[in-house]
Amino acid sequence: MTEIERFALDYLPVILFLGLGVILSLLFIIGAAILAPSNPDPEKNSAYECGFNAFDDARMKFDVRFYLVAILFIIFDLEVAFLFPWAVSLGTIGVFGFWSMVVFLGVLTVGFIYEWRRGALEWE
Amino acid sequence: MSAFIQEHGLLFGWLTVIGQILLFTVVLLLSLAFLLLMDRKVWAAVMMRKGPNVVGPFGLLQSFADFGKFLLKEIIIPAGANKTVFLLAPILSLTLAFAAWAVIPVAPGWVVADLNVGILYLFAVSSLGVYGIIMGGWASNSKYPFLGSLRSAAQMVSYEVSIGLIIITVILLVGSMNLSEIANNQSGGFWTWHLFSFNNILLFPVMVVVFVMFFISALAETNRPPFDLPEAESELVAGYQVEYSSTPYLLFMIGEYLNIVLMCSMMTLLFLGGWHGPIPFGEEFVSNFPVWMVNLGHLAWFMAKTVFFFFLFALVKAVVPRYRYDQLMRLGWKIFLPTSLAAVFLVAGYVVYAGVQA
Repeated sequence: MTEIERFALDYLPVILFLGLGVILSLLFIIGAAILAPSNPDPEKNSAYECGFNAFDDARMKFDVRFYLVAILFIIFDLEVAFLFPWAVSLGTIGVFGFWSMVVFLGVLTVGFIYEWRRGALEWE
Repeated sequence: MSAFIQEHGLLFGWLTVIGQILLFTVVLLLSLAFLLLMDRKVWAAVMMRKGPNVVGPFGLLQSFADFGKFLLKEIIIPAGANKTVFLLAPILSLTLAFAAWAVIPVAPGWVVADLNVGILYLFAVSSLGVYGIIMGGWASNSKYPFLGSLRSAAQMVSYEVSIGLIIITVILLVGSMNLSEIANNQSGGFWTWHLFSFNNILLFPVMVVVFVMFFISALAETNRPPFDLPEAESELVAGYQVEYSSTPYLLFMIGEYLNIVLMCSMMTLLFLGGWHGPIPFGEEFVSNFPVWMVNLGHLAWFMAKTVFFFFLFALVKAVVPRYRYDQLMRLGWKIFLPTSLAAVFLVAGYVVYAGVQA
């Protein structure tokens, strides 16, 4: 068995598991579609808005801070993804590896402090 | 798995693997049914109610009755909704929550896929969970779901960062991303559990703080009270789930609870020794028994710890009032993020200078 075959075989159960999840959820939905009654009417199918008819489009403007959070998340999540291989091999790369990462984290922390001082993390 | 197939031949190996997966699924979903009941019972007990007690003895069959009821309800799809995305969202939620369980080892060797990057896989799959919620909220084309899904996405990504950093501290101590190895690193009794790590006594205060942060982040990550702002019923009715009914709603709910139990088992594996008992004893005595018997004992420990954490989740839901959104974001970004970064720095420094990973 070659290396790549072994690799693929290790991941196959994961694929099977994913497939089983899809099948299960489809079964649930199809089950209800078959077993449950279906009497649609315009009132039932309208969007819920405390009993009113909808005032305007639901896909409205929203706070720009949600974007800001998303951007911050990308930065820090990439940082975490970058830390994973470093954390596993720290025993090998030793003191030098440790301090290199500290420098990197330091740069990010400076950026983080800047965001904080500029009020990017304030929600009123 | 590759080793297993090599040993037993392709056909037999495949059948065994599929059997394992089906068995795992059935046990997982059955335990989930009872955990759901337990959640409601704990909640009821705190409020001095009895909770569900009609269906079956002590209401034990309540979840199954509920399932039947969900199955018999009409699937309502709002007129303005994007039908495909609307139905895809709950499927995605459940599938992802379910797929994450593929790498959770419940006893030595009892795992569907023993990936060498298991925890990275967990991290990746749980990140994707946000998509189900965003898609559900957007496709409903209704205001409450839209606002709820925005809030939920922002909240989940905020706490994901600190969860990631906390996972890094554990990986630093073990030097491996394989969940079985992480559990085996804590096999020497409760003083070697990462929560206490008495064998690296200087890290004891760090790991306790890190564990508490992980617990709170797990609450926020799974939209559990006191961080259930996405579905805060007094503000958003039910958040992204408003327009869902019948089994699509059920899929969201099962996905949510699968994620909660997943977080509980992650806490068990990362911090409380996984399937290892608190005091190691009788190694020679136990070695006379067949492997599956010993593994059942390990499984019992694993489940006991996981259920204990689930009990804590239920208790927190019952006793703690809901957070405000700005408080939630402040806690995530201004307290947890710097603290977990500092924890990574401290643990890494200790690992390098004390030669833990050597």
